[in-house]
Amino acid sequence: MNFPKEHELHQRRKGRNLGLGLVLVAFVAIVFGLTVVKVSGDISGAIAGEVGR
Amino acid sequence: MSDASLHNVTHENEAQFGDYFALLKPRVMTLVVFTAFVGLLAAPVSVHPFVGFTAILFIALGGGASGALNMWYDADIDAVMRRTKKRPIPAGKVTADEAKAFGIALSGISVVMLGLATNWYAAGLLAFTIFFYVVIYTMWLKRWTPQNIVIGGAAGAFPPMIGWLAATGSMSIEAVLMFTLIFMWTPPHFWALALFMRNDYDDAEVPMLTVTHGRRATRNHILGYTVLLAVLAIATGFTSIGGIFYLTVAIVLNAQFLWGAIKIWRRDEDASEVDNFVVERKFFKLSLLYLFAHFGAILLEAGLTRYGIEVL
Repeated sequence: MNFPKEHELHQRRKGRNLGLGLVLVAFVAIVFGLTVVKVSGDISGAIAGEVGR
Repeated sequence: MSDASLHNVTHENEAQFGDYFALLKPRVMTLVVFTAFVGLLAAPVSVHPFVGFTAILFIALGGGASGALNMWYDADIDAVMRRTKKRPIPAGKVTADEAKAFGIALSGISVVMLGLATNWYAAGLLAFTIFFYVVIYTMWLKRWTPQNIVIGGAAGAFPPMIGWLAATGSMSIEAVLMFTLIFMWTPPHFWALALFMRNDYDDAEVPMLTVTHGRRATRNHILGYTVLLAVLAIATGFTSIGGIFYLTVAIVLNAQFLWGAIKIWRRDEDASEVDNFVVERKFFKLSLLYLFAHFGAILLEAGLTRYGIEVL
């Protein structure tokens, strides 16, 4: 199978695109991590509320 | 953009990832990160480490976004000044419009993310900080009044307050004191720079105090602000964020800083030119240590309090 030759523009912008890709992955990880922290905080808060009742 | 125009891009001026990062003023960001971190940890409540990390990250990003917007608006000045002519826009790496779009997008992301991570008071103050730096300082004061540095310094003083607000959700005298410490520190720091960067601000026609009121008046102002700063910095030592370590650091550094300001005040232009502004340069370097050491001491005091360690 023949892959088309990579355009020179893509090579030139490789560093920039890789950097942006890493930033986007990091952003997704942060949003995910924040969701986990917030949701588990809410759950433990709700449990504490139930126990206290 | 057509294929033809894509090929016409000047290759050696192709913006790389680092050029976009440079738009965020990474050196200023280190100050923002550090002071916001101190504000967050000095607060008398504990924050989940991941939430704290996210808060600092987006406060820093908001600071960076305002830096990008500042570079967009000030591209004409930056091209003239020696200190700034290698920035991405005057260097031809990034267009001014790209920087503007980049700054606006990052401003929105940082404010929303800080609000989601912590609370909307902190997010609101971050939004106000960006507005203050870009609109009040960059667009209005910087080119209009020699008090640009004094009032504009507030923008750099907000991060510890945002950190405190992110942790507690409310304002307090300690947060205001941390704000005031940076606010009062900014004028002597920048005026010392203006003294030895000499023609930069003249060439760019920025009404710095050195240009509008002369270099003698600038030396007087440096001394005046340094005296006020010393009183404030030492008084902070007697509040809940201070302590014996903070007071020791504050007394030693304020004595040195005051001595530096007195030396600047006593010198004239001839003496400064003979040794290429060695006293002014030293004072500027000391000012960087001054701020980091004061906030480092506040951080140390917060750590001691958190772990219940009593020194005296």
